[in-house]
Amino acid sequence: MRLGFVLSEMWAGIRSNLSMVVSIILVSFISLTFVSVAALLQLQIGQMKTYWYERAQVAVYLCTDFSPDEACPSGGVTQAQRIAVATQLKSATLEPYIDSYFFENQQEAYEKFLTEFADVEAAAYLTADQLNEAYWVNLIDPERSDLIVESFSGLDGVEEVRDQRGYLDQIFAFLNLTSLAAGGVAVVMLLSATLLISTTIRLSAFSRRREIRIMKLVGASNFSIQAPFLLEGIISTGIGALLSVGATFGIVRFVVQDILAVEVPFTSFIGINEAWQVAPYLLLIGFVLAVLASGVSIRRHLKI
Amino acid sequence: MIRLEDVIKTYKGAGLPALGGVSIDIQRGEFVFLVGSSGSGKSSMLRMMLREEKADQGEVLVLGENLNRISARRVAQLRRKLGVVFQDFRLLPNKTVYQNVAFALQVIGRSKGFIETAVPDVLKLVGLDEKASRLPSGLSGGEQQRVAIARALVNRPEILIADEPTGNLDPTTSLEIMNLLERINLSGTTVVMATHDRSIVDRMRKRVVEIRDGKIVRDELSASYKELPSDQMPIIEEFKKSIDEFGSGENPDKA
Repeated sequence: MRLGFVLSEMWAGIRSNLSMVVSIILVSFISLTFVSVAALLQLQIGQMKTYWYERAQVAVYLCTDFSPDEACPSGGVTQAQRIAVATQLKSATLEPYIDSYFFENQQEAYEKFLTEFADVEAAAYLTADQLNEAYWVNLIDPERSDLIVESFSGLDGVEEVRDQRGYLDQIFAFLNLTSLAAGGVAVVMLLSATLLISTTIRLSAFSRRREIRIMKLVGASNFSIQAPFLLEGIISTGIGALLSVGATFGIVRFVVQDILAVEVPFTSFIGINEAWQVAPYLLLIGFVLAVLASGVSIRRHLKI
Repeated sequence: MIRLEDVIKTYKGAGLPALGGVSIDIQRGEFVFLVGSSGSGKSSMLRMMLREEKADQGEVLVLGENLNRISARRVAQLRRKLGVVFQDFRLLPNKTVYQNVAFALQVIGRSKGFIETAVPDVLKLVGLDEKASRLPSGLSGGEQQRVAIARALVNRPEILIADEPTGNLDPTTSLEIMNLLERINLSGTTVVMATHDRSIVDRMRKRVVEIRDGKIVRDELSASYKELPSDQMPIIEEFKKSIDEFGSGENPDKA
């Protein structure tokens, strides 16, 4: 079987079936783009996790005169209680897990609050003595925050121990859900792409049944009968996959870097490197999809 | 060349078997008519030989291959040594005469050089070298069948299988086609032809295999389409004998 002949047969198949081929291209393009969005979201989550977990601290808030009685039955924190907390942070059991910590007094907390919430009117009514003194603890492994929480919760003079990761986990859960939704859509779309490919090949084989019949009779090999159809499926899915790769770079470049990174400057975002990571998988999925779908269809409709 | 041994074939959903224990042996260079009414099993036999169908029971041997145990690759190889012609020609309407014939060689990967010499040769053989660039729609039925024959012959097959090749043609055109098939047979190609055209079979006086309800009921050399009713056979035999004796110049009554 000459290559030129296989290609001309394939081209004839594509021409006679143009609208179906276009629909394969579009469906595989859209489904793979959903795959890519799901993957990019996962990469973004991963990136944010490493960025934020490094910065996440555990705060040990000490009692004030305004603290609720349940947490602070003895009222405001005493000097002895402050020292007790600091001693425990330096103790042999906790020390190996702690990277660093610092003490923040009420005045410092007040100044930080004012800069963060400068445009909130209520800030004007706040006074420094209403805010908690706190020990801010950076852990070596942010996953071990439970140690700090266990050691200091309920300790005299400690109002509350709060792990900042708790806030982040909510954001990550939301992003994860979005990624899962995109993945779910991708799975359904991939399924419909598979069915569409096999239907198209079936139609294409039907429209060329006379040729196929003659090819079988004169002793063309299975391969040379099937190759044009297989190529037809692979090429149209391939075009769809390339478009989705283009879309991936487009999303990263124009949506993430040009818009998100500018509007939301305080976190890190995925870049072109991550797009390069996703691209080969899109092509691979497209290829596997095309080979499977057209392979099954060919096996069922084009046997010698 | 072709041998069927006790071949039984029942199609799905059909009650009676299409072939109910058929045995036949066809030698190299023979010209064999398969005759019988529609549905008798002629086409099923041809389909067996082409391995379009597989036998339920019995052996099918073609060109030394056992078709019950043959890989798909070998099927393709085998079919390159078989030429096939049908009642409905089966030409590709969007290809010219030349392209139709060349197609059979292109799809089995023959070289351009081979195609450029083989196609004009075979078109000359069937008498269509002048009309090589016509489309099938611009040809008469007889001419279209010649294109089909040219396509079947272009790869120089050892066996030509024809399933009612004259079924769609008028008597004069049928004769032309039969003359062509006979010429092909004389050049050494085995020809197996299913037909129910009585006049052709009677004229050609070749081997006739008659099939009825999936069974071979007659297999005779130099025969006609229908054997005479059996009660007349003795008379015929006697008549033949007396002619022979007359021809030899002897008169048994006088001896």
